[in-house]
Amino acid sequence: MGIFKKPSLKVFGGGKKKDMPEGLWINCPSCGAMLHQLELDENLKVCHKCLHHFTLTAEERIKSVADQGSFQEIDVKLETTDPLGFLDYGEKVKTYQQRTGLKDAMVTGRASISGHPVLVGAMDFRFLGASMGSVVGEKITRAIEIATKERKPVILFSASGGARMHEGILSLMQMGKTSAALARHHAARLPYISVLTHPTTGGVTASFATLGDIIMAEPKCMIGFAGPRVIKETTHQNLPTGFQTAEFMMDHGLVDMIVERKDIRNRLSEILDYLSPAPTGQGRQR
Amino acid sequence: MNIEPLDFEKPIFEIQRQLEQLKRESSGQRLEVEPEIEEIERKLQKTRAEVYSKLTPAQRVQISRHPQRPFMLDYLQHSFQDFVELHGDRHFGDDAAMPSGFARIGNHKVVVTGHQKGRNTKENLHRNFGSAHPEGYRKALRVFRLAEKFGLPVVTLIDTPGAFPGIGAEERNIAEAIAFNLREMALLRTPVVSVVIGEGGSGGALGIGIADRVLMMENSYYSVISPEGCAAILWKDRKKAPEAAEALRISAGDLKELNIIDEVIPEPAGGAHHDHFAAAARLKESVVRQLDELKGQSIDKLLDQRYERLRSYGRLQEAK
Ligand SMILES: [Zn+2]
Repeated sequence: MGIFKKPSLKVFGGGKKKDMPEGLWINCPSCGAMLHQLELDENLKVCHKCLHHFTLTAEERIKSVADQGSFQEIDVKLETTDPLGFLDYGEKVKTYQQRTGLKDAMVTGRASISGHPVLVGAMDFRFLGASMGSVVGEKITRAIEIATKERKPVILFSASGGARMHEGILSLMQMGKTSAALARHHAARLPYISVLTHPTTGGVTASFATLGDIIMAEPKCMIGFAGPRVIKETTHQNLPTGFQTAEFMMDHGLVDMIVERKDIRNRLSEILDYLSPAPTGQGRQR
Repeated sequence: MNIEPLDFEKPIFEIQRQLEQLKRESSGQRLEVEPEIEEIERKLQKTRAEVYSKLTPAQRVQISRHPQRPFMLDYLQHSFQDFVELHGDRHFGDDAAMPSGFARIGNHKVVVTGHQKGRNTKENLHRNFGSAHPEGYRKALRVFRLAEKFGLPVVTLIDTPGAFPGIGAEERNIAEAIAFNLREMALLRTPVVSVVIGEGGSGGALGIGIADRVLMMENSYYSVISPEGCAAILWKDRKKAPEAAEALRISAGDLKELNIIDEVIPEPAGGAHHDHFAAAARLKESVVRQLDELKGQSIDKLLDQRYERLRSYGRLQEAK
């Protein structure tokens, strides 16, 4: 440690307070504090008053953990074919592609974290709520397969509204596909760290996101399978305070740790120190 | 069995009623009304053919949810023999929504798991409308492990509106229970055949649906979201579920076309609820045939094929 370049914590900005331009003030949705965009960027998009974690783009997310300059994106150009011809889905995808500069809601690639070579992926919530369709599922699967072949750990950051209904049953099957790829990676005794960020729900929670050897969650992020409204309507029960938050998951023993954004990189590297290089044992791991 | 007509079946049932009434009233002078009876019978046949030959996806969804449809335990009675039920997940409870155990089908001894719905309020309270809790998925995995250990193939019968959306289910990690099954079933070292017999509701269905062969009863559906849920999201109107059912392509025929499933098992005219025995016989024939095919294969080859099958799911392209 120490010989590797840490990413600058100012990755998203780097401007100084004194020359902050006007008109870039943002209200923290949690505490109401007025936050300057540049200040927020310097702070990895976390409110310094109440620690509210704003959503990161996939690019920002990967930059926040990868050694500087180490990230090499793969499968950049994969995009959906709108396989069902589902209503205005094709148009929608084009709009989101233009708006985000991404082809779909997932960014994956090779990187190193404190010198540990890993396959890393992050979901981008701006793109159709980072729902999982064929492309998201395929990119995750390919990243895991490369990791299995190159005997590397996988780190996945999830943030998703769940399966993408616009691709129907094909989206549901991505749950099986990603989990099967993880089954092989797991059987090869390789580490997988899943980091749950706001919000992780539905078919993403019920597949790769909950299969981590280690599961981290960002503070206060929403994590769940069924939507709270559906649960309320089905059960006619009042939901407990803090239901489906990272803290609720922690209380119930469902995640290993809650980690503030600024500490994620260090925790990943600490854990990778324990888990890799993986032993090249024979046989199946359960 | 007195069958409850679905709305679109009403013309058929009306003609049937006319026919029966005429037969009853004419019981002394049958000959005089014979031509009239024949006429009505022809009309009945024509109407049945018309209605049942072009069922819409939404109508099939109705059939798949028919309260008199054969459920898992009906198939266990008619297609299987000697069911020995095993209870509990060994951690928290026994989920009555997911009966599991040993059974015989044809010449095969198998481990069987599936979703069980109730036919009335009391049964549904017990079976939780076929919506399993984490305990159901964990019990399923427990019996899958037994199957693996003792070299028995697995048959799963899928019929659920979805995994249960409840506080306890979330607290006990329903998401993990499903995810874990997906991962473990991918490498389960025994053949697995899954049949969607009614509702293939999303993750709750897939949680016991990773298989070497996936079959669907003709009027079952398999979907990432219920048509009602989809309509609510798209149009804020659950009544538009028929449009959603169409757009989502959730019928057995659609899934065959999309190469997701291997076989559509034909149902008796109007749906399996019109004839449990015939439906069960067809399911048995298909399941036994698939098990016969899988039986001779090496497990390693089987697992490779199971992986390739999952691997093939998805449609994408390289952007220019
Ligand atoms: Zn704040």
